[in-house]
Amino acid sequence: MPGTVQAIERAAAILRTLAGGPGRLGLSEIARTLDLAKGTTHGILRTLQLVGFVEQDRNSGQYQLGGALLHLGTSYLDINELRSRSINWADPLAARSGESVRIGTVLEGRVLVVHHVFRPDDTFQTLDVGTLLPLHATALGKVLLAYRAGGATAAPGELERFTRKTLTEPKPLASALEGVREAGWAVEIEEMTLGQAAIAAPIRGYGGLVVGAIGISGPVERLCDSRYRPHPHLITNVRDAARAVSRDLGAAR
Amino acid sequence: MTERYVVAIDQGTTSTRCIVFDRRGQLVSLAQQEHKQHFPKPGWVEHDAMEIWRNVERLAPRVLRRAGIGLDQVAALGIANQRETTVIWDRDTGVPVGRAVIWQDTRTDGLVHELSARPGAKELEERSGLPLATYFSGPRLKWTLDHTPGLRERAERGEVLCGTMETWLIWNLTGGLHVTDVTNASRTMLLDVRTLGWSPESLAFFGIPAAMLPEVRPSVGVFGTATAAFPGVRIGAALGDQQAALFGQTCFTPGEAKCTYGTGSFLLLNTGPELVRSENGLLSTVAYRIAGEPAAYALEGSIAITGSLVQWFRDQLELISSAPEIETLARTVADNGGCYIVPAFSGLYAPYWRSEARGVIVGLTSYITKGHLARAVLEATAWQTREVVDAMNANSGLALRTLKVDGGMTADNLLMQMIANVLDVPLVRPLAVETVSLGAAYAAGLAVGHWPDLDGLRRNWHIAGQWLPAMDPGVRATEYANWRRAVERTFDWIQPTS
Repeated sequence: MPGTVQAIERAAAILRTLAGGPGRLGLSEIARTLDLAKGTTHGILRTLQLVGFVEQDRNSGQYQLGGALLHLGTSYLDINELRSRSINWADPLAARSGESVRIGTVLEGRVLVVHHVFRPDDTFQTLDVGTLLPLHATALGKVLLAYRAGGATAAPGELERFTRKTLTEPKPLASALEGVREAGWAVEIEEMTLGQAAIAAPIRGYGGLVVGAIGISGPVERLCDSRYRPHPHLITNVRDAARAVSRDLGAAR
Repeated sequence: MTERYVVAIDQGTTSTRCIVFDRRGQLVSLAQQEHKQHFPKPGWVEHDAMEIWRNVERLAPRVLRRAGIGLDQVAALGIANQRETTVIWDRDTGVPVGRAVIWQDTRTDGLVHELSARPGAKELEERSGLPLATYFSGPRLKWTLDHTPGLRERAERGEVLCGTMETWLIWNLTGGLHVTDVTNASRTMLLDVRTLGWSPESLAFFGIPAAMLPEVRPSVGVFGTATAAFPGVRIGAALGDQQAALFGQTCFTPGEAKCTYGTGSFLLLNTGPELVRSENGLLSTVAYRIAGEPAAYALEGSIAITGSLVQWFRDQLELISSAPEIETLARTVADNGGCYIVPAFSGLYAPYWRSEARGVIVGLTSYITKGHLARAVLEATAWQTREVVDAMNANSGLALRTLKVDGGMTADNLLMQMIANVLDVPLVRPLAVETVSLGAAYAAGLAVGHWPDLDGLRRNWHIAGQWLPAMDPGVRATEYANWRRAVERTFDWIQPTS
C-alpha cells in the first residue's frame, strides 16, 4: 500500500485549525498548535496561499481561510451561467454608457472574456467572447485580482509591459489593487492600449464572493475628463450594472 | 418633469415576468415568478390560471419597487402572452372551470385526426391560415366542451367564458372586460384571417358557442384601465408573445424577420398588409394591428421544442444542474459523435406538421458520452431553424441574408455559432434580449403616445452581438442529410386510436 503524504496531512491540519479558530491566526500560533517547525508551517501556508485556500492579511500578517476554498463544491459558478445571468444587465449598461461591455472571470492567471456587448453605434465589431486578457493591465483584471476571484495570481516579476503606463512592478500594482478594494471599482487608462480606457466593477455571488467583473471600455476622451479621471456617471452606470447582476446571482448586497 | 416608464407583462409558458422599460427601451427592473407545470398524463400539459393571475398581482408591486417608481410614473401597461393556451372560467365567480390547457398539450391528437377527415376541414384551414393541429386553441376548446358534462350548455347560456391568456389577464386586471387581441385570436382557428372577425362557419365546425368568445380588438390601442395589480394604469396593448417579439425587434417593414429562442422557437417574417399563403408548412398569421390602421400579416415557422429540450435534459435526465451548463457540457467534445436528437415531444411543427411523430435519439454507440448528447441537444435547435428558414426562402423566393435573433437562448454562444454555421448567414442579436416584453411595452407606449411613431422605436434598435458562419460546406451538407434521416425516424410513431 502506498504511504500517505505527510505534507498534505499537515496542510489539512492547518486548514482545520484555521476553520476552527476564532478568526485570523498568526504563523507562530499555527505552528505551536500543531507542534510543527515554523519554517515547515510557513512553506505549507505559502503553498495554500498560492492556490487560494488561505489568505494573508496585509497589515497583521495573520492567516485565514481563502476564497477559493469556498468555491469548492457549493458556490462554483459556471461561466455560461454567469453570461446567462448577466445578459439582461449588460445590454442596458451598453445603452446607457454608449460603450462596449465585457464580462470577465479568471482563467489560468488571465481574464477570460465570457460576454461581450457591442458598442451601440452599429459599426462593424467582432465578438470577443473567449479572448484572454492580462490581469494586471485591464480594469476587469484589476477587479478580479483585487478580490482574488479564482485564487492564484500572477507571480511578481512576470508582469508584461504593454504601454508606458502598464503597472509592471508589484508595489504600484498592490497599491492600485488596494485602491480598487477601497473604491469598489477599477479603472484602466492606456495601460493595455494607447488611447483606450476602461472602468470595471465586481460581480458578487452567494456570500459576497466575487465571481467575475463587468466593465465598459472605449477611447480615453470619451471615458475620462481632461485630467484623465473617469466620468462619474459612467462609474455609476458600471457599478449599478454590477450590483444588478450580483443581486440576480444571490449576493446579499 | 418626472421620468415615465412602460411596464410589460410577459405571461410565458414556464414563468410570468413583469419588466419596467425606460424611454430608450432599456430594461430598468425585472421581476419573475415561475408557475407549476402540471403533466397529468403523457402528452398533457396544464397550468393553473388562478396561480398565474396571483403571480401577476405579486409581481406588480415588486417590479415597481425594484425600479424605484410609483404607479403614477407608469405611462402604460402592455401584455405579451404564451399563445394558443386556453382557459375557461365562470362569468359570475371568475373561477376557472378547469386548468388552462397549454399549447404543447397533445390530448387532441385523435380528435384532430378525426376532424381533418370531416367535410369543411380544408375550408377551415383556408379561413384560419393554419393547418389542423393539436397546437391551436380550436380543437382544445372543442375537446374540453366535449369532455365536461353540461359545459357546452352553460357556454351557450353565456355562463362560462373562454379566452387565451391575455384575455384572462385583462379580465382580471379590469374586473370583467372580456376582450382578445387580433394576434392571439388568429391562433385559435376560429378567426377568419381575412375579415379579422370570428367565423361562424369555423365556430360551427368545432361546435363552439359564440357567446363564450371575447370581443376581438386591435393589438395596439387602449383596451381599458386596470383596477387591480396596476390600478389606474391604461392597458395599451396585447399581443401573442412571438408577435410581440417581432414588434420588439422593430420588424415593421415587409421582408423583415426575427427568430425568438425560448421554450420553443418561432421565426416570423413580416409580409405587410398582404396575407401570404404558404405551401411549405408555414403559418399565415396576424403580426399586429394598430387601432385605426389595417393589420400587418406574418408568415411563421414554429418549432415546438428547443429550450424545453434543454430543460428536459436538466430536469428529467439530470445531466446538468442549470440550463446554461448545456454549453459547458457540449464544449467537452468536438462534435456530436454521430448522435442526433429529434425532439418531437409534441409531434413536429413547421414545416412537417406531424402530430403523430415522437422524439428519437439515433446514432447511439458505446462511444457516445453525455457531452455528445449535449451537443445533439443544441444542434437540434440549429437544424430545426434551418428547416424553417429553408421553407421561408422557398415561400418568399428570397434568400434570407441575416437573421435577427433574441430570447434567453441567445446567451448560448455555442448554439448561436451553430445556427450561423448551419444557415450560412450571419446572426444578429439586438441590444435587448427580452424582445417579447419590449415589444409589448413598445406597442403599449405607442398606443398612449409615450412614443410618437414606429420610426422612433426603430431608432432604439442596435446590434449588440453578431455571429458569422464558419463551417465547411461539405460538413454542413452531410450533417443536414443525417439530420433529415433522423427526422424521418420520428414519423408515424403514434398509431391512430378510435
